[in-house]
Amino acid sequence: MSKMLHLVNKSPFDRNALDSCLRLAEAGSSVLLIEDGVYAAMRKATSAEAISKRVGDLTFYVLGPDVSARGLDDTPLIDGIAVVDYGGFVDLVVEHEVAQSWL
Amino acid sequence: MEPWEEEEGPEVVKRFMYVNRRAPYGTIYALECLEVVLIAAAFDQDVSVVFVDDGVYQLKNNQDTGGIGMKNFSKTYRALDDYDVEKIYVERESLDQRGLTADDLIIPVEVVATDKLREIMAQQDVVISS
Repeated sequence: MSKMLHLVNKSPFDRNALDSCLRLAEAGSSVLLIEDGVYAAMRKATSAEAISKRVGDLTFYVLGPDVSARGLDDTPLIDGIAVVDYGGFVDLVVEHEVAQSWL
Repeated sequence: MEPWEEEEGPEVVKRFMYVNRRAPYGTIYALECLEVVLIAAAFDQDVSVVFVDDGVYQLKNNQDTGGIGMKNFSKTYRALDDYDVEKIYVERESLDQRGLTADDLIIPVEVVATDKLREIMAQQDVVISS
């Protein structure tokens, strides 16, 4: 069983939730971007570096329906981020010992 | 003349600017502001609509909200033209920061730099931000 699942639902340009999450997340844990948090998955945005330099020690996921809703299906995502659906969201919660929402 | 019969003075047209700074679905601000703009457009004022910061995400094309059970209101921005709202400004720096260009947007807009937008903003009579 993996350690912690971190949920980030805020845009990286609007709030510092993602920065705080990345600063405090232990290596080996997972980060799932949902709602406005999915904007952080865009490869060409200036916010991308924060995630791309942690792809090695954290596992990143992004919620597909939130990506599609925001018109980002045609936008390249950062390499190493896996897209999951709502079923995958549930699986991630079950597979981790603790889920933490960075509200 | 009765009190309710206002004397017809020269028509006063004020400059109204609506500043959008929020992404479309995480909060209700974007949809509410769009509705306010469409209502206000009926009053024959000088209306301009601005998209800065995460507000530029409101105009991203190819939005498909089928998977999240929310109304896709992005197509409603196309109605702005029908309401004669033609002054639509998007800040270039906000687009650049997010890796977007005017080609990624659902309607034609005027992409302006921060310096230009500051000038336009300074000329307004009323500015409403959301």
